[in-house]
Amino acid sequence: MLNISGIHEGFVLDHIQAGMSLQIYHDLKLDKLDCTVAIIKNAKSSKMGKKDILKVECPVEALDLDILGFIDHNITVNVIKNDKIVEKKILHLPRQVKNVISCKNPRCITSIEQELDQIFLLTDEEHEIYRCRYCEEKYRNPNRR
Amino acid sequence: MRHLMSPLDFSVDELDRLLNLASDIEKHPQKYAHACDGKKLATCFYEPSTRTRLSFEAAMLNLGGSVLGFSSADSSSASKGESVSDTIRVISCYADICAMRHPKEGAPLVASLKSQIPVINAGDGGHQHPTQTLTDLLTIRSLHGELGNLTIGLCGDLKFGRTVHSLIHALIRYPGIRFILISPEELRIPSYLREDVLAANNIPFTELERLEDAMPELDILYMTRVQKERFFNEEDYVRLKNYYILTTEKMELAKKDMLVLHPLPRVNEISVEVDDDPRAAYFKQAQYGVYVRMALILTLLEIDVNAL
Repeated sequence: MLNISGIHEGFVLDHIQAGMSLQIYHDLKLDKLDCTVAIIKNAKSSKMGKKDILKVECPVEALDLDILGFIDHNITVNVIKNDKIVEKKILHLPRQVKNVISCKNPRCITSIEQELDQIFLLTDEEHEIYRCRYCEEKYRNPNRR
Repeated sequence: MRHLMSPLDFSVDELDRLLNLASDIEKHPQKYAHACDGKKLATCFYEPSTRTRLSFEAAMLNLGGSVLGFSSADSSSASKGESVSDTIRVISCYADICAMRHPKEGAPLVASLKSQIPVINAGDGGHQHPTQTLTDLLTIRSLHGELGNLTIGLCGDLKFGRTVHSLIHALIRYPGIRFILISPEELRIPSYLREDVLAANNIPFTELERLEDAMPELDILYMTRVQKERFFNEEDYVRLKNYYILTTEKMELAKKDMLVLHPLPRVNEISVEVDDDPRAAYFKQAQYGVYVRMALILTLLEIDVNAL
């Protein structure tokens, strides 16, 4: 059994789909933060079979949870303060995501003007469909459960 | 300040006001002859489109305004690598309103985000061409009498034709609309239109392969071109190509007051003999395109037409 100590202040991101933790590590830009991060892969889960967990010791305002909601809104976010869980955050699909994914439509204006922000808008919440703000190309989240 | 990016940018009420204004312009052109005195329209066409550009220019000249612009990317600063955002900032200093056509989808929207003047999407790739849809709506309303309670046949390339997709989106907002979709199997409307737009809104529609089968029921026939290269094999093309050519024989099957529309340019999908049929409305449609663009310019420039 692998033991990783608790954290004093930060987040525990639980119920990450197995294999997704490294992508989330990069998407949340945790590599840019000067803080302790534990990446736990393939932990046993009664609900999911196996899962990944991320423990991040950082100020609670340091993470952009909108991105996390976009990647997988089924992830459990436990906010830790003074060694205790003080809040369980419910993630929602963000109305808009900026510079997280890129438009794949070769006819889109973003294909030639690369300084433009890559903006996707949530157009169908039920089916988790986002569309490019400029050309309306559809993006369906491949991590959708 | 408003822009026009998609035909659905206007609510049904706003659209009614715009079409009423266009109809008034048709009846009383002199009243509007100086409505835009001193105003300038910039036509920024990054790809050639003679008819759309000339229609915009004619609209502004009819209103007493003047026009400036370019008609290909080669003759604009885009050839030097200037971004659409920078170009529109500069154009905003020269003109009062801009009509932009661009081969890349979303380019007019990018322009509108940085513009100090109203921007009209005059076509962006295969994405939107809202003034064509406004033209189609004005033509139907003017010649048929209303936008609701009609059976409209859409014929040809229904898969890739953006004018057809836009027209479906715009017409389902009116009551009593029924579509007959006439196309080869390969060129049927995309599934999202069939399921998310037509079926989801309980709009009655039928899909057919032969134009002849649909003719007797139609109030409006909207023709588009079927290109040979869209077919998967030569055999199907040879088998089906004549179905999608409108001839005087097929017109005999139609109602006496049916209207034939086409966004133009026509290649061979409507025989030239049909041009003499009083039901052929496609050249009148081009005229309505000027009226609706005049109404659009007046609306976006917020000119008080009641004071004219």
